[in-house]
Amino acid sequence: MRKGLDAWIALLGPALLVVLVGIGSTFVSRANEIHFLNALVAVAIVVAIYVFVGSSGVLSFGQISFVAVGAFAAGVMTVPLESKTGVLPDLFPLLRDHTIGNVASLVLAAAVGGAFAFLVGMPLMRLSGLAAGIATFAVLEITHNLLREWIKIGPGATTLSLVPETTGPLQATVGVLIVIGVAWLYQRSPLGRKARATREDPAAAQAVGISVHRQRLWAFTLSGALCGFAGGLLVHMLGSITTEQVYLELTFLTLAMLVVGGVTSLWGAVVGALAVSGLDSVLGNAEDGIGVGFRLDLPEGSRLVILGGLMALMLILRPSGITGGRELRLPRRRTA
Amino acid sequence: MILSAVDAQTLVDAVGLGAVYALMAVGIGLVFGMLRLVNFAYGQLIMAGAYTLAFTSGWPVAGSVLACFAVVIALSFLMEGAVFRPLRTQSPAVMLVTTFAVAFLLQAVALILDIRDGTIGEPAVSVASLNQVVTIGGVDVRKVTILAVVVAIVALALLALLLGKTTIGLQMRAAAADFRTARLLGVKADRVIGAAVLLSGILAATVAVILTVQFPLVSPDFALKETIVVLVGVVVGGIDRLWTATLGGFAIGFATGVINGALPTDKTVFLPSAVFALVILVLLLRPAGLFAGGRATAVDRV
Repeated sequence: MRKGLDAWIALLGPALLVVLVGIGSTFVSRANEIHFLNALVAVAIVVAIYVFVGSSGVLSFGQISFVAVGAFAAGVMTVPLESKTGVLPDLFPLLRDHTIGNVASLVLAAAVGGAFAFLVGMPLMRLSGLAAGIATFAVLEITHNLLREWIKIGPGATTLSLVPETTGPLQATVGVLIVIGVAWLYQRSPLGRKARATREDPAAAQAVGISVHRQRLWAFTLSGALCGFAGGLLVHMLGSITTEQVYLELTFLTLAMLVVGGVTSLWGAVVGALAVSGLDSVLGNAEDGIGVGFRLDLPEGSRLVILGGLMALMLILRPSGITGGRELRLPRRRTA
Repeated sequence: MILSAVDAQTLVDAVGLGAVYALMAVGIGLVFGMLRLVNFAYGQLIMAGAYTLAFTSGWPVAGSVLACFAVVIALSFLMEGAVFRPLRTQSPAVMLVTTFAVAFLLQAVALILDIRDGTIGEPAVSVASLNQVVTIGGVDVRKVTILAVVVAIVALALLALLLGKTTIGLQMRAAAADFRTARLLGVKADRVIGAAVLLSGILAATVAVILTVQFPLVSPDFALKETIVVLVGVVVGGIDRLWTATLGGFAIGFATGVINGALPTDKTVFLPSAVFALVILVLLLRPAGLFAGGRATAVDRV
């Protein structure tokens, strides 16, 4: 009974937090709304990464490549037809002469992300430890390089603009809820449990007949699809995007969010993403001067110093993250 | 077959690049051997050295270089004491992400120091004379390339002597092989770690000088790209042992140089794809490292 309740709280806690942020975004000025939307999209990306890194225990630097292909797939396919030949003349005719709707583009982003992750994962998921980390990083480099230089599939090194800005408070909230819901269903399913078994003890998991390779590949593919979907949300929030925005900085920032929150729980992924992006926004505003009881006016550039310092301090003092890598659950009486 | 398409000029440049990467690989590999920590912030040590050279541009060259060494070594000890030490017992993922945060922090500090004059990027002119070109047998060689290769060979030889012939070297090798057992046998943890940090700091300062000569405009992301590539090279070579890690660093520098020369001019923009595709291939075939003996399996035997 209690166990069943805890499982629901592990879903409803993060979901409620996300809904609150979504509602909060409608009460603030237009200039501040973007901070809330940014935080929501960050939650989507971090939860998507958590689905692989949290379940398998393998550190991946490559998940942002799936965010990137999702973002560019959704972006390129929703640029209005009348301006497309003008701004993206070098595309393959199939891409150049067709445009799809908002929801269809998000589905496409998820499909492309998932398919790409599956293809990449088939050989790569045989690796583990540092070798896996570096190999997935190599995927990020190759994806970035191709997206940046191959103008038949995208805008190349120039900015992709004119993407409809459909990710408002509603789409961001619903999108994140979908990602959280899928992540929760996965971690409750037999597949998710098997993946966690390979994380805890690969040798024992194999001994009871669980294929480490297959479970990691499942987690990687699902994570890739969710990353692609989150990329779709991202491009529809920004309206214009370059390949640099879905590259190293985003990779390090989202991984830091996950580790700060707690790698092994959904709650940790959500809390980490919201805490770090919230702090980032507050500090960013403080650089321009805000009143929070007293007047806070930080010198230019100090935002990143404080953010980096706090993240390092946090990891040193509490390496298992804010949540300790545990799901949210009801406080319980200590039994002697 | 590829080599036939590559001229002497490309080879010289590739060896020069490989030498610098090998030095960085040793610095990263030494600390990894002691602490099992992949130090992503290693590039920021080099960046700090480069800024020291830039800010002391008015000084005599020797003074400027000395200041660079002092700052980098001090900073690497500070990093060890403040960050690595409390993390000694943590998982590799936590350690790595913490060094991201440190790298991020140091870059932000550098940006604040740099932007005081209103522009990003500081020129380092005092050491620029080494960037002159000498022509040997029809091949243009920059003086700094010769310096890099000579320094790399001398540094590696000295290191081999230190590790092979001295007590502290023996203790460091023992600690790298099995830290706990080495401690049980009387190796002082702080001493071997201190020695590794000192050596890796000296190497970082050396690389700072060499890279600053080649790229005299110092910015907050100085050496960032190089560090990432070297980290990749170190793992591809085999991070568990210093020599395989060093060879890995050299190999990725050399391979980058050769592939760059071999690609047709209009395709050189795809150089990163070619290099990283090779990286993936090598990792799939030899996950434990290109130069490491034996094969690692996905699952450790209990």
